[in-house]
Amino acid sequence: MQELLPYLINGISVGGQYALIAIGYTLVYGILRLINFAHGDVFMVAGLVMVYATTSMPFYIALPLVLIATVILGFVIERVAYKPLRSAPRMSLMISAIGVSYLIQNLAFYITGGVPQPVSNPIPWISENVTILGASTKRVTLVTPVLTILLVVALVYLINHTKIGMAMRAAAKDFETAQLMGIKINAVISMTFVIGSFLAAVGSMLYFTNYPSVAITSGGMPGLKAFVAAVFGGIGSIPGAVVGAFIIGLCEEIIKGLGYTTFSDAFTFALLIVVLCVKPTGLFGEKVTDKV
Amino acid sequence: MLKIENLHVNYGGIQALRGISLEVPDGKIVTLIGANGAGKSTTLRTITGLVKAASGSIQWNGEELLGKSIDKIVTSGIAMSPEGRRVFPDMTVLENLKIGAYLRKDKAEIEKDIKWVYSLFPRLEERSWQLAGTLSGGEQQMLAVGRALMSRPKLMMLDEPSLGLAPLVVQDIFSIIREINRQGVTVLLIEQNANMALKIADLAYVLETGTITMSGTGAELLADERVKEAYLGKNS
Ligand SMILES: Nc1ncnc2c1ncn2[C@@H]1O[C@H](COP(=O)(O)OP(=O)(O)O)[C@@H](O)[C@H]1O
Ligand SMILES: [Mg+2]
Repeated sequence: MQELLPYLINGISVGGQYALIAIGYTLVYGILRLINFAHGDVFMVAGLVMVYATTSMPFYIALPLVLIATVILGFVIERVAYKPLRSAPRMSLMISAIGVSYLIQNLAFYITGGVPQPVSNPIPWISENVTILGASTKRVTLVTPVLTILLVVALVYLINHTKIGMAMRAAAKDFETAQLMGIKINAVISMTFVIGSFLAAVGSMLYFTNYPSVAITSGGMPGLKAFVAAVFGGIGSIPGAVVGAFIIGLCEEIIKGLGYTTFSDAFTFALLIVVLCVKPTGLFGEKVTDKV
Repeated sequence: MLKIENLHVNYGGIQALRGISLEVPDGKIVTLIGANGAGKSTTLRTITGLVKAASGSIQWNGEELLGKSIDKIVTSGIAMSPEGRRVFPDMTVLENLKIGAYLRKDKAEIEKDIKWVYSLFPRLEERSWQLAGTLSGGEQQMLAVGRALMSRPKLMMLDEPSLGLAPLVVQDIFSIIREINRQGVTVLLIEQNANMALKIADLAYVLETGTITMSGTGAELLADERVKEAYLGKNS
């Protein structure tokens, strides 16, 4: 047990990072019925911006800048690549998302020259070592789950108890009737991309402080894992995405702790296949309704 | 007053409305009857801005509505209870009513109007905390009407409120439509249930495949042989 402890702590932390990404998938799916394939790349861009910003300015300016830049990126992607396809078949939207994903990676390649950008202690306080229950770890490992929970609570409050949240719930159910209430559908959709990108940016900063570098493909794996978490939890459901993310993060780390590191990624994708076969709606998912 | 002139609406190649003209005078109950697919819903959806017109005009108190955004149209005092009710199933009855007042900022007045809707539909008040998806069809229709009233409309449009409801429930709904009208709200009512609609209508229009073929007072159309044959059945 004592040997597994660091892995458990790590698992909760990794789960929190997945959760912050997974919420973006699940929110966008909830309202557009779209798997936003570009979301992992938005996550990667946030990492790159963090690397560039923290090396050229103090971190209290750099970190807000990362948040703002990522939010703008998410907003612009929706306006340019998804909004013009509002009444197009869902397949067109999906292809557009895949296109955006490659476009972002190629732009990142152009900017970085394809060289992974080294991460050098961007947020000093968070990278310091601490000891918990006899296990030594970086402070970020403890900060991540706490911050994740706080953000999720804030988001759930926003969705259930504010006017914009009510508009988001209405739009997720029925575009037309939401419009009849006077809700501006485009503003609500933009809002979901803003929230999703904001959370991905937070997740990205926490994630990459633990990594030596950010490469143009760095969004791929965490993006996929978070996507699996969202499907596992029941895509469209926020609690589902969070619970799914923590379960996957924990399982991966436990598998590593047991000495089967090679299989930890395979486990996640095996889980995806099993979920899709056994309970396609996931843990908390409702029946998939086709929206007109 | 709402005044529609020579309105054309197409869906791709399908001509749903082929130049209709009609008037809804203030304070009246006007009904538009017609068979399935005649273009009744299209008419209402074009007024609210959900569907774009090809040509023609829709004047509301002298102002052109075509080209305006839906929220502007709602703010100008037009509300609709859509076909099939379309309440938000995962929201409570109270939330459904609140979302009907989405564009309003006058909190105290909104509270008053919730009380007003509850006084019109006491059954909704009893079910305030119930999820709308668990209501019966009749209750959902009441909620759809109540939700539309929450924007405090001058013109209330109802798309087939009697659809799929038991006769007794339909009578309830219709008597409340009259009550709403008595309180000063103009009503534009769409129905396949022509008998009930014509009985409460001041003014009525018959729509057939995108064209208005007859108009008159409710009583006139109720007595008309052609209407009797086509919409009321032999025994009515
Ligand atoms: N979204 C749509 N796309 C294509 N055709 C439509 C659409 N909505 C309605 N129509 C067609 O327009 C005509 C009028 O429909 P509608 O206004 O719904 O009739 P009603 O409400 O009188 O039953 C019908 O022929 C219908 O098939
Ligand atoms: Mg209809």
